[in-house]
Amino acid sequence: MDRRNFIKATGTAAIAASAPAYMTLARAQAGPIKIGVLAPLTGVVASGGKEMVEAFNFYWDTNGKKVAGREVQLTVEDDASNPDTALQKARRLVEQGNVHMLIGDLLANTGLAVAEYVKGNGTPYFIPIIAADDLTQRKRIPNVVRIAGYAASQNPRPLADWLYRKKGIRKVVTVSQDYTFGHEQCGGFVQVFTELGGKVLAQYWHPLNTQDFSPYLAQIQDAKPDIVYAMETGADGNRFIQQWANFGLKGKIPLSGSMNLTDQSIIRTLGGEAEGILSAAHFCEGADAPATKKFVADYEKAFNHLPSLYGFSMYSGGMWLAEAIKAVNGKVEDRPAFLAAVRKVVLNDSPLGRPVRLDDYGEPIYDVYIREVKKRADGKYWNVPLEVYPNVSQFWHYNPEEYMKQPPYSRTFQGIKG
Amino acid sequence: MSASTKLGLALALVVLLALVPFLAPGYPTTIATEVLIFATLAMSIDILAGFAGRTPLCHGAIFGVSTYVVLYYVTVANGNPWIGVVLGVIAATLTAMIFALLAVRTSGVYFLLLTLALGMIVWGICLRWTSVTGGENGIRGSIRPGWLSQPAQLYWFTLGATTAMTLAMWRFVRSPFGLSLAGIRESETRMRALGYDVPLHLFIGFSVSGFFAGLAGALYAFFNSFVSPSTVALGQSVEGLLMAIVGGIGTLFGGLLGAAIIIALENLVSAYTERWLMALGLLFILTMIFAPTGLLGRINTLVARRGKRK
Repeated sequence: MDRRNFIKATGTAAIAASAPAYMTLARAQAGPIKIGVLAPLTGVVASGGKEMVEAFNFYWDTNGKKVAGREVQLTVEDDASNPDTALQKARRLVEQGNVHMLIGDLLANTGLAVAEYVKGNGTPYFIPIIAADDLTQRKRIPNVVRIAGYAASQNPRPLADWLYRKKGIRKVVTVSQDYTFGHEQCGGFVQVFTELGGKVLAQYWHPLNTQDFSPYLAQIQDAKPDIVYAMETGADGNRFIQQWANFGLKGKIPLSGSMNLTDQSIIRTLGGEAEGILSAAHFCEGADAPATKKFVADYEKAFNHLPSLYGFSMYSGGMWLAEAIKAVNGKVEDRPAFLAAVRKVVLNDSPLGRPVRLDDYGEPIYDVYIREVKKRADGKYWNVPLEVYPNVSQFWHYNPEEYMKQPPYSRTFQGIKG
Repeated sequence: MSASTKLGLALALVVLLALVPFLAPGYPTTIATEVLIFATLAMSIDILAGFAGRTPLCHGAIFGVSTYVVLYYVTVANGNPWIGVVLGVIAATLTAMIFALLAVRTSGVYFLLLTLALGMIVWGICLRWTSVTGGENGIRGSIRPGWLSQPAQLYWFTLGATTAMTLAMWRFVRSPFGLSLAGIRESETRMRALGYDVPLHLFIGFSVSGFFAGLAGALYAFFNSFVSPSTVALGQSVEGLLMAIVGGIGTLFGGLLGAAIIIALENLVSAYTERWLMALGLLFILTMIFAPTGLLGRINTLVARRGKRK
């Protein structure tokens, strides 16, 4: 074979070899966009997981399962509130289901497990519910983005600021479930509170699934704080609020809490016990914004209950993905371009009624409401806004690089000053 | 069945298993890796449950201790993964030794409950010792060296390790020492009367079983890149024991069959419903009714009966 023929032959061979690759690419782009949804449908947080799926489906059902000319296909898998199961299901969705992206998970440990897995293979993974600070701070992963979600320590900071400045609160006791989500929320709160000059009298950490809070309540009563900051999720939240009222502390000591303490998923099962609890969150179902009102009304009509944070976050998450898919013209196979588009989305029509965008670290910047639980005209309880802190980022007023030099919040490091 | 046919069958099985990444690439290979790891765990449980006649409910904890130590040593302390494996297996064996010291003088339901409680202690420690174990969030980080990064490479590595461990465990239970364990299962008083130190034998049996569970746990660290309290939880111990029981207690190789069936079932059924545990429960009940000696035990009986008829 002479040289020219050789070049010709190898050239043809190369084209022939790469042709199947082109063909599969072309075929893939004509096919549906596959989204893998992970949610705990069984296990300790199953009720929250069902609401996640319900709201995510609600978005796609009301807005049509077609974006940029491509059909959107959802595959829901149960992570069983267990990180090992979550990992296994993520593997199946990616390796067998060939999904283009994953979204979901509720418990931080399930989210962290899946994040570690996608770090290795580059599958985009979106976490509207997982709040672990470090996923958008010290241990960022390029393909893990917290669309429509929040970092745990982000929202308690404006609450601490508001209580100190506007309410003249100086002494606080915190009580929280003893795991990262609690450490981070309390950390955000007490760091800002003590930097302003406030004092932390005591911090109580109790295991998840505490049945009896009376030992803590007795100690709180003796400490005589100006306010209590409580961080409780799930059934612990119900029990805490109930026992707080039964113990006779309601009305005596003001109670504030993390946004999940007064989330609809908890207060819809309670009565007047929850009234008056203060919290801070980006979503407030009783807010006046027309977009919020419309979303809440539609959601209530569809499911006969008010949307929780889980519902709101997954609904907005769907919206966010649709925007990003539109921006890349449906070409989700090009992962870098798609992820860049996700990071660039400015969500103007979200149920919050205000534009939402991500900071440079993949975390949304929100206008945060200071909320109070009040009774609605029809007897249901909901959170209504008292004040708004505009443009609250996960770094509050700190310099991001400086902030990330301090250790992550834990039981032993709470950022308390003085 | 003659020894040579058995050897031939075993070789054929290993060759067949080695072809899995070609026959079923992608997700099934990942699942097959998981099956092999849990088969090792189930077989290590079978050493105690099937041969020594002591049913343990703590092997998930022993397995998980190794996973924790490997991941901690490599990702937090930035150590070498292979030294991590050695440390993990040592930690698991030591845990098993401590458990054994406390448990070998009991038997039956007391042994079951005591090992259950010991396993729960490990779980409690992993959950609450947040500064080391990461609490609920666990420890994460990929610890695979480059040549194990592909699923097929990890599978072959796991297959090699599992084959070696299975051979070792088979040699162990067939050794005179293994036979004395079986003697203790059949009649503790008679063994004592014959002059055997029963607690010492059980202690060694327990430690060896823990050693293999630790090896499986170290492999799991490579496979999962993640460990959390759910890895050392009671559920893990129960699952391992169920695999051994469904496959056939006292058959050793039943562990492989049991692990394959339970993991396959979990994956197939959970694609259709979240209630896959119901299917598992049903399978377990049916096994107990129609094959009380486990599936491999049943197959062995059938083969033996056919052999006799000839």
